[in-house]
Amino acid sequence: MRAVSFVTSFDGPTKAIALAMLLLLAVGGAYYHQFLSPMYLVQQLQNGAFLGIVAAGAMMVILLGHIDLSVPWTITASATLATALVGTNPEALVSERGLVAGLGAGLLIGLVNGLGVAYLRIPSMIWTLVTNNIILGVCVFYSGFYALRSQPSPVMSALGAGRLFGIPCAILVWFAVSAVIVFLLRRSRTGRYIYAVGTHEPAAYLSGIDTRKVIVFAFVVAGLCSAVAGMLLTGYAGQSYQRMGDPYLLPGIAAVVLGGSSLFGGRGSYSGTVAGVLLITLISSMLSIMQAPEAAKQICYGVVIILMVGLYSRATPAN
Amino acid sequence: MTEGNSFLALTDVTKTYGGVNALKSVCFEAKRGSIHAILGENGAGKSTLMKVLAGVTQPDSGAIRLQGDNVTFTNPADAAAKGIVCIFQELSIIPDLSVAENICLTQPPKTAFGLIDRKAQDRLATAVLKRMGCGEDIDTRSRCADLPLSKRQIVEIAKAIVRKPDVLILDEATSALTASDVGPVMELLRRMRDGGACILFISHRMHEIEALADTCSVFRNGEHVSTFASGAKTHDEIVQLMIGKPISQVYPDKPAEVPVAPPYLDIHDLRWGDQLKGVSLSLRPGEIVGLGGLDGQGQQEVLLAIAGVLRGTSGTMRVNGRPAVHRGPKGGKGSDMRIALIPEDRKTQGLFLSLSVRDNLTVSMLDRLSRYAVVDRLGEKALVDRMIDLLKIKADNADVAVGTLSGGNQQKVVLAKWLATDPKLLLLMDPTRGIDVGTKQEIYRLLRRLAGDGLAILFHSTDYDELIGLCDRALIMYDGRVASTLSGPSLNEHNILSSALNLSHDNSGRGTAAPSAALAEGLA
Amino acid sequence: MTAFLDIHLRRNNRALLAWLVLGGLLVYFLYIHPRGASIGVLSAWANQGTALAFLAVGQTIVVLSRGVDLSIGPIMALTNCLASHLVNGGPLELAFGIAVVVLAGAVCGAINGIVVVFGKIQPIIATLATGAIYSGFALIVRPIPGGSIDEMLSELTTGDLAGILPSSIVMLLVLVCLFWLPVSKASLGRSIVAVGSSEQAAYMSGLKVDRAKIAAYTLSGIFASFSGLFIGFQTLSGDPSIGLPYTLNSIAAVVIGGTALTGGAGSILGSIAGALILRTIGSLIFFTGLPPLAQPLFEGTVLLVAVAFGATRLLRINNRLEVFR
Repeated sequence: MRAVSFVTSFDGPTKAIALAMLLLLAVGGAYYHQFLSPMYLVQQLQNGAFLGIVAAGAMMVILLGHIDLSVPWTITASATLATALVGTNPEALVSERGLVAGLGAGLLIGLVNGLGVAYLRIPSMIWTLVTNNIILGVCVFYSGFYALRSQPSPVMSALGAGRLFGIPCAILVWFAVSAVIVFLLRRSRTGRYIYAVGTHEPAAYLSGIDTRKVIVFAFVVAGLCSAVAGMLLTGYAGQSYQRMGDPYLLPGIAAVVLGGSSLFGGRGSYSGTVAGVLLITLISSMLSIMQAPEAAKQICYGVVIILMVGLYSRATPAN
Repeated sequence: MTEGNSFLALTDVTKTYGGVNALKSVCFEAKRGSIHAILGENGAGKSTLMKVLAGVTQPDSGAIRLQGDNVTFTNPADAAAKGIVCIFQELSIIPDLSVAENICLTQPPKTAFGLIDRKAQDRLATAVLKRMGCGEDIDTRSRCADLPLSKRQIVEIAKAIVRKPDVLILDEATSALTASDVGPVMELLRRMRDGGACILFISHRMHEIEALADTCSVFRNGEHVSTFASGAKTHDEIVQLMIGKPISQVYPDKPAEVPVAPPYLDIHDLRWGDQLKGVSLSLRPGEIVGLGGLDGQGQQEVLLAIAGVLRGTSGTMRVNGRPAVHRGPKGGKGSDMRIALIPEDRKTQGLFLSLSVRDNLTVSMLDRLSRYAVVDRLGEKALVDRMIDLLKIKADNADVAVGTLSGGNQQKVVLAKWLATDPKLLLLMDPTRGIDVGTKQEIYRLLRRLAGDGLAILFHSTDYDELIGLCDRALIMYDGRVASTLSGPSLNEHNILSSALNLSHDNSGRGTAAPSAALAEGLA
Repeated sequence: MTAFLDIHLRRNNRALLAWLVLGGLLVYFLYIHPRGASIGVLSAWANQGTALAFLAVGQTIVVLSRGVDLSIGPIMALTNCLASHLVNGGPLELAFGIAVVVLAGAVCGAINGIVVVFGKIQPIIATLATGAIYSGFALIVRPIPGGSIDEMLSELTTGDLAGILPSSIVMLLVLVCLFWLPVSKASLGRSIVAVGSSEQAAYMSGLKVDRAKIAAYTLSGIFASFSGLFIGFQTLSGDPSIGLPYTLNSIAAVVIGGTALTGGAGSILGSIAGALILRTIGSLIFFTGLPPLAQPLFEGTVLLVAVAFGATRLLRINNRLEVFR
């Protein structure tokens, strides 16, 4: 019973994506056989892990019917702060302060995002755009005056670039983040509240839910996820750099939406988000292996989103 | 079915929503120069019928004929082009546009250049409101979102009238009007009928139907059951046609006397803005107290204030003998207050339509159902089963979306969700609006039983019949104050009416004063 | 009359405020500018903001219909690249080139509308996807920055009119009057606003909801093409990556101009002021001797203040249910 319900519990979008991925793997594997090699796939999965963690955070916010546009500079700012604190200090305990500070920065940004949206009732699309611009402004201003040493702490390097039993640690971190999110959404009270608030906030308020705390919580989780991605990316690249977060905002949202979550909130499953991340990762790796020009990548990317999301919205009856 | 002189005719119209037959081979016809009432319980197919006629949904099969010609509508614009206009229960007002812009939305007067002529538009809107005989006090340039619900409903009606429809459909269009506006609107409908329009009138208010309609059609379970001349059947016969089986008595017996106990809720001099001007009331356990009056006299605000939704109230409130200060429904459901508020609009305030019955039933209870913030699934299941059983909620299983249930069952879910929290004070805002007779009866009995178990119930209703039938006491509000308290034999239609209009009780003679005449007609 | 004024001011006070702020900033800018208040300085100032102002106009139209156009930057880039190929040569060729570029913008916009309406995809995600596609096409049209654009046209549009007015601003206002004003005063414009205010009510009222939405996106595409053309006149070349920062800035301009992202109410003129404010700050920082690195922080702060202004609504709410609107 449990096993059956595990398989059937995957919703339409997850199945549709699984099908699309199998098709991609089959076609890709037929033309380029390295495409199917475990080594290559694991490598791709590692690239997908960064996106996956960002998408996990994005999903929490999207389930509420909100959106977090501050992802790029949350990633960059947390990474910049972390590497700045790590500095050149080789002493482990001291340099790990950078890691903690980086995560703290993500948490703080998430908190500010959440407070603005929940308490000041500013539409999230505007408010997170504002916070993103402010963080950008602060980072540019700050790094313009100080020549920053940019070096990850040992833990950041290990998690971002290291391997455990041959599996990249970044993938394991993604697993861990996923486990927390799944538990949160499926089993915890807060998870239920998130779906309720996302479906209709006034009804949630009248049901005796403190909707503002739920919103703040979701944004804090999103900020933390962005910061974790920032730490891993720094470890992976061996440095922090400006605009390192830019490539993650829109693909992160796209992965969640491809996974069947509604941007209006209240609807979506985490399995779908994971599937969305894998699909995007697979498509981009396929295009790189084909050495497709950037133009073709962009067009392909757009067409896939329109086709898949169009498919879902046609399949679900209109409200 | 005779062909005769029918203006609008439906033959074998069928509409299915996900396996449920909303309309089953319906044959129906209506004439010009007639007000044709459509009756039926919720889910009987009335609203679907109207949506089909208005082009909002398309039938699966069957034909619609207008003046003998077959017509098909793919959207409301099509139907309007053929002269069929609908006044919906859900408002079709554009909140950000002005009254005049709304009234002239579809066919604005234009200048020589094809642009909208604003001055002509204002004139037209003013003229229409004047012709309606109500709403002359509405500024045609004010934004509709700034108007109260009852005024918006007038704009809604004006918007339909201005299109000079051949077929006008009203779906519970009068239920949001203030009592004093119902009369002029009914008069307007009669004038339109005399002018040759075909008017289809859906309402749950029998007195309105009796005052207005010349023909009645009853629907049940998606089928057209019977059509007869208005007045040809008694109330009981009509109700029996609607529910298909005889019902014994709508309201449960009231207890001889409510047990003496200290008040659970005691409010003194409650004030809020210019809507509450010093309300005092007290409520004992075991009592059902009604709040009535004309629409918008502060009834809703009293309940919202008790539930802690309003900010900046003054006055004292004691719950269970202790002074109560709390912030919102979350504070209200705490163990020291045990207040439950059943909000006015179940679709937007009471329920999460796309979530499951289970999620809806337990959402207010999760803090007590979980340990270390993790939901106890067994406890949850037990609670859901218990509530479904207690209120006899008809759903295939607890995992279906609550939006798929009928209106009556949805309202039961809202009630169940709050009863689960084990409240001591139940605040209800018009809980039976738009609900079928059978479910109403179930809800009345449930409320009486709960009162018997020691709940204090404060009940706002727009239906005076309910206040009389169900409540131990009724507080009639006028202009932000309690105008009078009625109970026992003094709780009757006449007294409610005169208190609602703020006439003193001895000023009897129903129908002598002009406003009273209009209202009496609505109530008769 | 006073009642009318009252209503009018209440609806447009945010736009009015944006113009007052812009006026103040401009006066200060001209005051501190080393060359003082001259038509040359004024034209240069106007040229800075015109491209963004065009986008802000387009974005506002979509926002009025309760949508958002994240492909507005990519459309601008694509039309800019097209212009760098086509807007050259004799008068006929120029006219043909401009017509094709504007048509391309309109087609891109119409595609957005069609995807939103018939694909039933939320505007954010739909225009994000089409934006990626348009960026791809921009790269195909012109893989690296370059090309050329008629210099005479450039001088005409970026200079001044009779030494009195910056021609870029005049062109902006003329085009808005030609392309938006008639629409806004006709049924179509009212439909766009109605759809943004309450789509269900608009549908129930028998308005052509689909047509209104597609029209809004198409207009946005047309204004994006004006922006692409103007950038071309400024730089005399095409650049496929030029649109990137413009998309979010156009939304920022709309917000500063006082249009609510929830649709139904707003002001085109306010958005133009918003765009010019954003650009004026950049110029101000340059001339006040503040570190240029502080510019993004300043822009962010202005946006913050504009947004915080909108939040003051909360102070007036006494029914907590209204907070959720």
